[in-house]
Amino acid sequence: MLSDARPPGGEPPLDAIAARVAAIERLPMERVNQGAASPWRGFGLAAREVYDYRELLVNLIRKELKTKYKDSVLGFLWSLLRPMLLLAVYYVAIGKFLGMTFKLFPIFLFSGLVAWSLFTDVLGGCTGSIVGNAGLIKKVYFPRELLPLSVVGASLVNFAMQLVVLVVAVLIFGGSLSGQQIWLLPLAFLALLVFMTACGLGLAAANVRFRDIQHLIEIVLLLWFWLTPIVYGVGSVLQRMEASGLHWLAQLYLANPMASVVIGFQQAVYGSYNDGTTQQTFAGSIAPRLLVVIAASSVLLWLAQRYFARDQGNFAQEL
Amino acid sequence: MAAIILRVSDVAKKFTINRDKSLKERLTGLGRDKRHVREFWALRDVSFELEASRTLGLIGANGSGKSTLLKVIGGILSPDRGQVERRGRLAALLELGAGFHGDLTGRENVYLNASILGLSNRQTDAYFDAIVDFSGIERFIDTQVKFYSSGMYVRLAFAVAVHVDPDLLLVDEVLAVGDEPFQRKCMERIKQFQREGRTIVFVTHGLDQVRQLCDRVIMLEDGRVVVDGTPVDALRAFRDRYNVRAGQEPEHGDRRLEIVKTIVTDGAGRPKDRFAPGDALGIELEVLAREPTDDWVAGVAITNHLDLLVYGTNTALQSIELPPISGRRRLRYRFDSIPMVEGQYYVTVAVHPRVGPEYHRLDRVVSFKVVSDAADDGVLHLIPRFEVIE
Repeated sequence: MLSDARPPGGEPPLDAIAARVAAIERLPMERVNQGAASPWRGFGLAAREVYDYRELLVNLIRKELKTKYKDSVLGFLWSLLRPMLLLAVYYVAIGKFLGMTFKLFPIFLFSGLVAWSLFTDVLGGCTGSIVGNAGLIKKVYFPRELLPLSVVGASLVNFAMQLVVLVVAVLIFGGSLSGQQIWLLPLAFLALLVFMTACGLGLAAANVRFRDIQHLIEIVLLLWFWLTPIVYGVGSVLQRMEASGLHWLAQLYLANPMASVVIGFQQAVYGSYNDGTTQQTFAGSIAPRLLVVIAASSVLLWLAQRYFARDQGNFAQEL
Repeated sequence: MAAIILRVSDVAKKFTINRDKSLKERLTGLGRDKRHVREFWALRDVSFELEASRTLGLIGANGSGKSTLLKVIGGILSPDRGQVERRGRLAALLELGAGFHGDLTGRENVYLNASILGLSNRQTDAYFDAIVDFSGIERFIDTQVKFYSSGMYVRLAFAVAVHVDPDLLLVDEVLAVGDEPFQRKCMERIKQFQREGRTIVFVTHGLDQVRQLCDRVIMLEDGRVVVDGTPVDALRAFRDRYNVRAGQEPEHGDRRLEIVKTIVTDGAGRPKDRFAPGDALGIELEVLAREPTDDWVAGVAITNHLDLLVYGTNTALQSIELPPISGRRRLRYRFDSIPMVEGQYYVTVAVHPRVGPEYHRLDRVVSFKVVSDAADDGVLHLIPRFEVIE
């Protein structure tokens, strides 16, 4: 019936047509949007799809980076200036005014700030990534995960530059990167990567439904910053909590994944200056905690992706 | 048996409108009833299979669900019930220049847009010169797109779009934009895609496009498939259903003179609403003057289903001096022959002064049909004679 529907005067089936039809016939039928449908296999399918679209991901990252500082004279330098300024402010306010007695306090500060600014860049950027690309979402199909992931990618580039500056600073100030704890750096980085990607995915999807999220996240990040031992040493905090008999509070404080990540960065980079007399850093090894963070964040990432996948079919109509 | 490239099974899609957006509204609205929430089904139990290398047109009135269906096929929306299966590479042209960013140069946008449409960077490299050539804006390819005129923008976007390499192409009224040469270019390209054996699904309001391009048409109404067949079947059904009901439009004018009655006749006073091409047709008006006047003109216009003006005239254009009017008068326009193709036509009538705003105008106040056996297209029913001369 249908095969006779071609009107008189239509082209006769040429070889090109027959070849293409034959090629199509060899392919399996695939269900559209199956990621949303099957909760267990969904994550793997989504990951494979993101991999298939990796070129688009790279192009989107490139776009993020190019458009951010297009037409500005200093360009990429701006992304370094903000953390540098923060560094200067904290150094003067906390290091000098409050009289922090750390040896090479700026290095300590910077090693935590590098990790933290990556985290805030990603969370802030991801939250608006779906809503901000409404035009694309409504008109084209691609794995929606690419939008938050492109924010992650672009932020990683900025992070890499800051890391270079940090390494140079460490070398200038007589530190050594071959310290025995430098291996904590990749571990802490991995924990941060998984954790922030999970948060970013979840927030991106949640913000489509609840636009409050993008405002809420700013406040939460501000609070979170001070709950994380970046501009102060974790040692003194824990000491005081324990001294007051608040053992549970100390544990709660350490349960903050970003605390483990930041401590990991500090131990890796600042550890070589640590003469053992100061209480600034975490007493034991942070490695086991980082492994827990990685494991927990992986579960969180899976959950966030499921939430994202469940909602993404409705992004186009919610926006 | 040809290969099925697309299978839509019992797809239903629900839209919820006026959903509360903020957390506060959600929380405060928790206890209350859901009176803000209105649901409607944009698609209901739509099922069909499409064979590879076919061209399917989706037609229907605004809000009938065509674009929603296209988005569900493209994976942009996911259905609430049912499923869509497909195979092969897909490209969806739902918007020209998707992802174009004003701050990027033309070159950068080409790469970005192409990868959004599913081309690899390698393919884009290979097509790049052709794309630039097609767009005709070589000189500005390294200029930021925000400095482009809208014409340049569309041309570049279109140049990328036509270089997609899909097995299944979804097109949503992209063809409706642009000037006439541009549209012709689009058509040419679609036809080339057909020759290459690609499968095309497109949404359109242009019934001419349906006739020219499709070998199958699905008509949707309120989210349901009401017709699934050849273009001829579907177009006939479309015309029958979506005749704007005559006499339902607002009236215009100050009504110093009022048209109280309009009828279509066979030219000799007998009411008639079905004609064959070449029949005689009369349009009779009854005009009531609220104030006597000698400055008046009576006009008629015939439009088709696409609101295209088929014919229009008035007594001033024909240099007819109407006698002064007071009270009622009956007027008749008579056409000895209406050489028009099959379709639904509408009559608009008006009375107005020689200069100035009209006394009374009734848009599409009555309709009539032309029915013919000839399978012709366009507006005019001409009589072609065909011969092979060599």
